[in-house]
Amino acid sequence: MNVTLLDYGAGNVASVERALQRLGAASQRSNSAESLGNAEAIILPGVGHYGALVRALDQQNLRAALVDALHRGVPFLGICLGLQALFKSSEEAPELQGLHVLPGRVCALPASVKLPHMGWNQLARKKDSRLLAGIAPDSFFYFAHSFAVIDCDLAACASCTHGAEFAAVIEHNNIFAVQFHPEKSGDAGAQLLKNFLRLAA
Amino acid sequence: MSLAHRIIPCLDTDGARVVKGVKFVGLRDAGDPVALAARYNAEGADELVVLDIAASRDRRPTFLETIRRVAAELAIPLTAGGGIRSLEDARSVVRAGADKITVNTAAVERPELISELSREFGRQAVVLAIDAKRLEDHWHVTVRGGRESSSLDALEWAKIGVACGAGEILLTSVDRDGTQLGFDTPLTAAISQAVSVPVIASGGAKLPEHFAQIFSEGAADAALAASIFHDGVQSIRELKQFLSARNIEVRLPC
Repeated sequence: MNVTLLDYGAGNVASVERALQRLGAASQRSNSAESLGNAEAIILPGVGHYGALVRALDQQNLRAALVDALHRGVPFLGICLGLQALFKSSEEAPELQGLHVLPGRVCALPASVKLPHMGWNQLARKKDSRLLAGIAPDSFFYFAHSFAVIDCDLAACASCTHGAEFAAVIEHNNIFAVQFHPEKSGDAGAQLLKNFLRLAA
Repeated sequence: MSLAHRIIPCLDTDGARVVKGVKFVGLRDAGDPVALAARYNAEGADELVVLDIAASRDRRPTFLETIRRVAAELAIPLTAGGGIRSLEDARSVVRAGADKITVNTAAVERPELISELSREFGRQAVVLAIDAKRLEDHWHVTVRGGRESSSLDALEWAKIGVACGAGEILLTSVDRDGTQLGFDTPLTAAISQAVSVPVIASGGAKLPEHFAQIFSEGAADAALAASIFHDGVQSIRELKQFLSARNIEVRLPC
């Protein structure tokens, strides 16, 4: 299986690529709608500003092809902004529309805590998770964000809390998404990526 | 369950090799950055910082190659800096594999640099490094590796930096750096309370108690050290076990 890494011009594509290489997985970078049409599995990495990602998807004509692939059942993993992009909109760029394949929207974490939420945090498991299989419940994952899905209509598999409880791991049919960075989360992150590769195979 | 306090080893390099000195002077060789990066990644470091303290133009390609080789060893975040003066400098460092960029002297001279980097890479990727030195009843900002004073007050500068878009402050006490007398607790606590972003304390660490103190009394979100880790004076694994036993939240390595 070959993983298509959506390379829209920003973010942590190279880090994800290196993490996949360490697992012995084949991947190719892509920014064309055509290659999304043939993709066996898609990873959307992302870090930075919500607006930059959503605008890039539109400018590069990737939106329709990506939504189509998600509806077709292509295994998908969204990382950080790649999770947020799945929702309807974000307070970080309220004038823009997200992919809206999942209900709910992205909100700012409360200013009562230090932001960005930066560093290693643990998860609260909510229901059985295929992505988290074989990963110790007290494992830490690396987060770097100020916005999150706080009111998730769709129950998340795992949440994390920093000022507010937010969705950390989402699994919905073929759509998988994590708010943290598995590519930067040591052994636990590597196991999660391995689980996704196995699910997608 | 809460956000873990981070332990961050720092590799001060001349571009190619890790070097060390006391109070920013008297440099000597302290090892191969790639080998040290691999060791810290395995020992449970939460992040790694790599700085080019020479920051000379003609050695830049060497430093970028060092970042590439270090990044290849890491499954944890990498911050790189030293001599970043423009968006283009930052892009080359990010392309080489850094997740975050630190800026220091160039940001003091031109604070808009912070906004430019924040717009391009996001706030979480921009670390404002402040080298602070005590002057009577306050701290002022020094530049050029602690060698020159600026007119800025450290607290005010930290607030301005965050307003411009810095997502984190890497706070070095010039008075404590290299002394192994412990972190500067009053400085760190003052800055940490003044800003809404995480603060990384740096300068003066030797004993596990120093780390416990800077997390509890200094309100630091992360603590950075260099030579005590390079020389094996302190292992990251044992340090984290010590902190965990004191009920300080850390990510214990497997």
